[in-house]
Amino acid sequence: MTDNGFEPKIVAFLCNWCTYTGADLAGTSRIQYPPNVRIIRLMCSGSVDPTYVLKALLDGADGVLIGGCHPGDCHYQSGNYKARRRIIALKEILKQAGIDEDRVWLRWISASEGQRFADTVAQMTQYLKEKGPNPMRKEWAV
Amino acid sequence: MEPKPRIGVYICHCGTNIAATVDVEAVTEFAATLPNVVIARNYTYMCSEPGQALIKDDARNFGLNRIVVASCSPRMHEPTFRAASQEGGVNPYRFEMANIREQCSWVHHDRDEATEKAKALVLAAVAKAARLEPLEEREAPVTPAAVVIGGGVAGLVAALDIADAGFPVYLVEKSDRLGGRVAELNRTFPDLEPVAAWLPDLIGRVQSHPNITVYRNARVANIAGFVGNFEVTVEGPDVPAGPLKAGAIIIATGYNVFDPTLKPEFGYGRYPQVVTTLELEQRLAAGDLTVNGKTPKDVVFIKCVGSRDVQLGRPYCSRVCCMISAKQAQLVRQALPDSRVTVFYMDVRTFGKRGEEFYDEARRAGVRYRRGNVSEIYRRSDRVVVRVEDTLLGRTLEHEADLVVLAVGMEPQEDVAELASLLKLPRSADGFFLEAHPKLRPVDTAVDGVFLAGCCQAPKDIPDTVAQAKAAAASALIPLMRGVVPMEAATAVVDPELCAGCGMCVEICPYGAPALDPLWGVSRVNAVLCKGCGACAVTCPSKAIRLQHFTPDQILAQVEALVFWE
Repeated sequence: MTDNGFEPKIVAFLCNWCTYTGADLAGTSRIQYPPNVRIIRLMCSGSVDPTYVLKALLDGADGVLIGGCHPGDCHYQSGNYKARRRIIALKEILKQAGIDEDRVWLRWISASEGQRFADTVAQMTQYLKEKGPNPMRKEWAV
Repeated sequence: MEPKPRIGVYICHCGTNIAATVDVEAVTEFAATLPNVVIARNYTYMCSEPGQALIKDDARNFGLNRIVVASCSPRMHEPTFRAASQEGGVNPYRFEMANIREQCSWVHHDRDEATEKAKALVLAAVAKAARLEPLEEREAPVTPAAVVIGGGVAGLVAALDIADAGFPVYLVEKSDRLGGRVAELNRTFPDLEPVAAWLPDLIGRVQSHPNITVYRNARVANIAGFVGNFEVTVEGPDVPAGPLKAGAIIIATGYNVFDPTLKPEFGYGRYPQVVTTLELEQRLAAGDLTVNGKTPKDVVFIKCVGSRDVQLGRPYCSRVCCMISAKQAQLVRQALPDSRVTVFYMDVRTFGKRGEEFYDEARRAGVRYRRGNVSEIYRRSDRVVVRVEDTLLGRTLEHEADLVVLAVGMEPQEDVAELASLLKLPRSADGFFLEAHPKLRPVDTAVDGVFLAGCCQAPKDIPDTVAQAKAAAASALIPLMRGVVPMEAATAVVDPELCAGCGMCVEICPYGAPALDPLWGVSRVNAVLCKGCGACAVTCPSKAIRLQHFTPDQILAQVEALVFWE
């Protein structure tokens, strides 16, 4: 465990039906997790436009978490598969652009997995603490 | 020209649920400084009548055109505040919620950190609210029928109520008989009434009801659709070819009995002297309590077998075993007046109407209650020895018995995960189905139009099961009787000026909502078919399609706010 005083900022795009509800369950179950994550509710992980992720990274977010339903469980049949394809492609592009693609995490977390949501946030926070701040923040500062 | 945004921000204390962890005054002061915010207030319970009145009055007095409430999850109270906004003259889709309870005060300890995060969430909500567009809600017709899954007491009662209200009910039962677990019982507490006095009549009324179709040996293979328009595919004999169409679904799949071989120290399955409460029920019904041909002289009941047991992963109380033990102990005393009947308990929880009196009756009938934890049961000649720690005296003792009854607890059905995944229903940590709210929505689920009845939600006795079944039936009747359900207003729309007619949206949509207009060569979205998932908007190369209520400018504003606020 490293604690260098750096508190990463994580923007999370969560689908309404699974991961957002899972995060709610973490709340109703009073499962504590680091406050570094800030959640944006979308209807489906398949509606996460790669530009949203790019925007978050360019604005200076240290990590972006995309949460969707488990494969086969999508409320809209196949939105999570679309998300998976897009995020894989986006990571390729990030790599080419010299942006650390490991700052982007795609995770399947169901409505009943409050603990898994909390664990994911804790893991990602720790991972980003070790990685350090997103350098984009400095480069884009005017 | 579109008038400038005038936003009212309301921070909820939720009693102390939020206010104990988040400095609501600081968040309110912060909100008041944000662009377009005309008024910012906080209140103990925003969802209460006076809380909603604040929104309505302010909306009129300050000419608000957008409302932000920072409180619980939108999955909880978004409909409440949308309605309040509408009554205040604000379009309900110009309402935005910041989830500072589930996502903040309930999951973070540190007051400063939680307050700063709450500010970020409010900032993002205000940023989105400023960009929200007014939308019109539409309604879809409802299939006036219900599917009830499970033919136990809960399912039977729910089916009867809906059928009596005049709607067709399809009752799907996986076994070959109706009545569920209660059919295995002999008499019920606290009146020792025989089950035969009422259950066959209940089953008969269901079977002969003109509005109820019963499918036995049937299982639910698939569930598609949404509230008002479910399609439930059932497999089994005599099942129609197509899916059953229904406006609402009631889940009444019941419980499983704890398998006492998971506590091998009790010798269940090895010693004929050790039985479960359900097995004793059968023996009491048959009037034969003999073990190895001999009438027992000493009978022991052990409570909380598979309940309140953290090591076994069953930390919850099964709620009926104390009363079942009191009932059976009395019946054993009646059948064998010379017998010595002892109940070993952790606590006696005979709550509810006539519960305590029933416990007193058991003791007056000569049943001895002894507080003690049983550690093991072993054989001694033709009897068994119950080794127990008397937790009042702090002493271990050995108690010889001819018959030991394990008061086994309830647990979720084995196939509960299958049904949960078909319906995408969340379950609580104990594995039972999770109600939408523990107090206010005890029979609703996270899925609109799907309701819970009986022990599939949590262990409960027959009166509570019937009460919940009737509540589930009443809730299911709301969409059936209204005949319409509100439809998704946040659908995708195409800007024909930008659309190049490439057809990628047509390809990606799982519902066939967009189609190319042959005359203009551009895509158009059929709002009735659109479910609002937003996949098309991401795919569109010219960004001609956007998902209303989740538009790129709204989401990017949220991103900016969340990253900006330290």
